[in-house]
Amino acid sequence: MTAVKFSDESLKAFQEIVGRYPHKNAAMLPVLYLAQKEFGYISAEVMEYVAEIMGVPVARVYGVVTFYTMFNMKPIGRHHIQVCRTLPCALAGSERITAAIKAKLHIGVGETTADGRFTLSEVECLASCGTAPMMQVNDDYYENLTDKNVGEILDRLK
Amino acid sequence: MEKLLLRNVDAPDLHTLAGYRSRGGYRAIEKVLREMTPEKLIDEIKASGLRGRGGAGFPTGMKWGFVPKDNPKPKYVVCNADESEPGTFKDRLLIEKDPHAIVEGTMIAAYAIRSHTAFIYIRGEMVYGANMLQGAIDEAAAAGYLGTNILGSGYDLDVILHRGAGAYICGEETGLLSSLEGGKGWPKVKPPFPATHGLFGCPTVVNNVETLAALPWIIDNGAARYAAIGTEKSKGTKLFSVSGHIKKPGVYEVDMGYPFKKFLEEDCGGVPNGRKLKGVIPGGASMPVLRAEELDGITMDYESFQAAGTLLGSGGVIVMDETTCMVRAAWNISRFFAHESCGQCSPCREGCHWMEKILNRIEHGAGRAGDLEMILSVSGNIGGNTICPFGDAASWPPAAFIKKYRSEFDEHIAAGRCTIHQKAA
Repeated sequence: MTAVKFSDESLKAFQEIVGRYPHKNAAMLPVLYLAQKEFGYISAEVMEYVAEIMGVPVARVYGVVTFYTMFNMKPIGRHHIQVCRTLPCALAGSERITAAIKAKLHIGVGETTADGRFTLSEVECLASCGTAPMMQVNDDYYENLTDKNVGEILDRLK
Repeated sequence: MEKLLLRNVDAPDLHTLAGYRSRGGYRAIEKVLREMTPEKLIDEIKASGLRGRGGAGFPTGMKWGFVPKDNPKPKYVVCNADESEPGTFKDRLLIEKDPHAIVEGTMIAAYAIRSHTAFIYIRGEMVYGANMLQGAIDEAAAAGYLGTNILGSGYDLDVILHRGAGAYICGEETGLLSSLEGGKGWPKVKPPFPATHGLFGCPTVVNNVETLAALPWIIDNGAARYAAIGTEKSKGTKLFSVSGHIKKPGVYEVDMGYPFKKFLEEDCGGVPNGRKLKGVIPGGASMPVLRAEELDGITMDYESFQAAGTLLGSGGVIVMDETTCMVRAAWNISRFFAHESCGQCSPCREGCHWMEKILNRIEHGAGRAGDLEMILSVSGNIGGNTICPFGDAASWPPAAFIKKYRSEFDEHIAAGRCTIHQKAA
């Protein structure tokens, strides 16, 4: 028995996901997304649980979780700010955007605000170079950022 | 210039089945299913001269032709929607605005190799794009374009949308397949090629979004019309993503062979703020940079960019004006590759970080004599020594920046500081 378990709703979704693929292993990424949605982040316990229901060694799950940037192994804020830092965004002033966010939220890159509202990350190219600088907050892209409008955007994210 | 891929992209209802069909959508797959054998379809695409638009430029019809007909295993088509090459955002436009064209193109490719299951692998960050594609798949399935006995033809096909989870290497086709198999996105040694040993060891074709989206137009209008556009070896139109110091950034559809300098100065409006052009990366961040004075005479096609010592790649054009610090630009790109190296091959896993660290210290005032030789040595020991082309992609930019802007690197090291941003301030 593992320490965590999917809700009935997630278990149903799990069966549906696994049924979609010609081979159960292919369901690994969508199942990890499902786990991250339910448990908030992928802890060691969650990895053990996913390994059990996927029928693979925990080491394999650990390898996958640590390989990809979108799985979080520790709790993050409600709004995960991800500022693109790659060349086209850098040419358009992404460093100023990151600086403005740091100054506004009083956190550094990789940190979470004390109230758990925001986590700030810098990420690599998000295919939004023509509308640089840009950031992704959770699922949404915010493009054509300026030092000014980035603050207004963050104010709206409660 | 006639637009093929972007002809309807401004229509607000294009992403719906009704909007797509009202502009001729799904006519091509109907024609394929009713009138063409897979062999005839492959011949038609070969005749069009279409080459893969993901970066490598391999002829699409020929790639399909490598799939063995007599292999009893299932065959798979995978649409590569993992667009991650810095400076490239053309697939994202198609995904968000014209998802049915991608579904229809995927269907055409699947029919060509007699596949009954296709995947669209979209990068995990593109949540909006994934919703648009899933909406198109669901609508197409509900209307009988996907599923069993499609349009009464006896042909069956399911299309499954699969989200990546954040890893540039999954855009490399064998890395993508490893990821789709549920593991780390580690590229595989070729041969064997995916055409015979791909997803789960089965024959597989991986095609880029833009490649697949071009297929319906080619079927509707005929290979000859497509092949009439462009140059001898670069047929049709190509999407270019333009970013950086340029007046009108965005996605442009260009006839292959169009003059590059004219494109930047007239179509894209040139460099803003009265500044001078310093350099351009023409094909995504992994391709060698060109100095401003090298642009004369270059045309926008595979052979012309290659003759100029770079490559067309993904068509990601990154423009840099005279205020740009080329050491910082090289460091930025090397940091990207150090972050994205999958860690499988030692030369790349170690070398990318070496190059990033050395460029970082040069830019931040701690450069040493011999640093540039060290970078060139490391670069030369990565390229060609790795399982996948990431090693080449990571090794070219630092070497090209040093070769083209050597004095700027020397000045940084001699002065013990960034000489460009000091000047600007």
